[in-house]
Amino acid sequence: MICQECKQRPATMHFTKIVNGEKTEFHLCEQCAKEHGHMFTFYGNDDFSLNNLLAGLLNFQAPMKEMTANAFPNPDVLQCETCQMTYHQFTQIGRFGCVNCYRTFARYLPPILKRLHSGNTAHSGKIPKRKGGVLHLRKQLATLKQKLQELVAREEFERAAEVRDQIRSLEDELRRRGEGDM
Amino acid sequence: MSFEKFFNTAVSAWMSQEGPDSDIVLSSRIRLARNIVDFRFPTLFSSEEAKQIVALFERTFAHRSYGGAGRFELLKMSELQPIEKRVLVEKHLISPHLAEDSPFGACLLSENEEISIMINEEDHIRIQCLFPGLQLAEALEAASELDDWIEGYVNYAFDERLGYLTSCPTNVGTGLRASVMMHLPALVMTQQINRIIPAINQLGLVVRGTYGEGSEALGNIFQISNQITLGKSEEDIVADLHTIVQQLIAQERAARQALVKTLGIQLEDKVFRSYGILANCRVIESKEAAQCLSDVRLGIDLGYIKNISRNILNELMILTQPGFLQQYAGGALRPEERDVRRAALIRERLKMEDRRKMEGDER
Repeated sequence: MICQECKQRPATMHFTKIVNGEKTEFHLCEQCAKEHGHMFTFYGNDDFSLNNLLAGLLNFQAPMKEMTANAFPNPDVLQCETCQMTYHQFTQIGRFGCVNCYRTFARYLPPILKRLHSGNTAHSGKIPKRKGGVLHLRKQLATLKQKLQELVAREEFERAAEVRDQIRSLEDELRRRGEGDM
Repeated sequence: MSFEKFFNTAVSAWMSQEGPDSDIVLSSRIRLARNIVDFRFPTLFSSEEAKQIVALFERTFAHRSYGGAGRFELLKMSELQPIEKRVLVEKHLISPHLAEDSPFGACLLSENEEISIMINEEDHIRIQCLFPGLQLAEALEAASELDDWIEGYVNYAFDERLGYLTSCPTNVGTGLRASVMMHLPALVMTQQINRIIPAINQLGLVVRGTYGEGSEALGNIFQISNQITLGKSEEDIVADLHTIVQQLIAQERAARQALVKTLGIQLEDKVFRSYGILANCRVIESKEAAQCLSDVRLGIDLGYIKNISRNILNELMILTQPGFLQQYAGGALRPEERDVRRAALIRERLKMEDRRKMEGDER
């Protein structure tokens, strides 16, 4: 059988469309089927992409939205100043428009992030070196403070004193850096 | 172009080299998603912004060499032929999304094809390192070093609490996707895979076919990757995946031994029948080719077939994809023509093995 569209190549795709009870048969070659949008794109995953699933997940928040309606403004009218994306658009597309969207929609993000990342809402991995100088120190400081508490609890005061000195010098360093950055 | 020449230029290092556990793990990949401050995300950036980003990377990185990976070359999607783009997708060097839906997309590709940096895909850049065998930690180290190098020239979008900001909330935090490509024929044959996949999914990992989301597991090859990018460190994400992969390797090995014991000569028969098909076919569809290649590879791993290199599965799974076949043919092919070409290419490749073997014997 020859493809009914191009009338050149052999038809390899055969299917029947039923619209309002009206039956139409198609016999097309792969190329024409693709051109006429009868086939998925060549990796066949556009209809079931992660972003579609994600958009579904974001819309699923409707009941919660009503609950918070009194406390917060309706999120649908929220709009990012930098890129003009609205919260409603974000839930449709499943993607942010720019860095500032994260700040604009910040209030509504934790439940979404929790659902996507097994309950996590805060980063605990790599920090860029360039802007990370101060962040690195703060992280180190937090770890040391925790260590200090553990040592005190175990009554290892000599080592605790060492850690305390380390904490002090880190705090000094942070103060200096803080002024330098301003 | 002679077959051997085409073949040698088509195969990248990760396909032909062996790595740890490479009887089961074909490759390890690390991808880092990064964005640059002052530009809107590719979701809705202007073509002007897109061009500026490409220009920035072209100016800063194109033609520069990086460690042992060689020089970077910048490929603009708008300047490539559809077949060329498809070949890059089939080699896993760029994503289908970059090839098809990113009009201002580009890619910085290292000479050894171990590193590719996709530009203007879903995020401004996606750094990707591809290693043979199970080498997740090594790939992470390489990707992270490259990340530091790039960071010396651009200002990344980073938030103290949320980490690296990405256009999709599924990647925020580390922006890290670690994945391994595994050949699991015995788990498929014993149908254990049907129980294993849901279990893996519950652990926050994703199992997919070879070419990503929604693709079929052709040739019993599965891609396993992390889903969660926020709240865990890069090292922990990779270590968790590594642990699961090692368990899968153990299960696959056990299933292979069980198959050898229970099926014996029947398994050997299946392997050699598939070899017979590949060595003699004149027309073959990609699905059948993938299944036969998987059987032959299993036969090599089990010692039934000798004198054929193991990489035949990695190489031919990729070289028999439509893009490669068309590049080899030097033009567009209809699906039926592809099936003829595919059969010819597989036969050629197997003959190449014989030639190599004979040369080896003479020496």
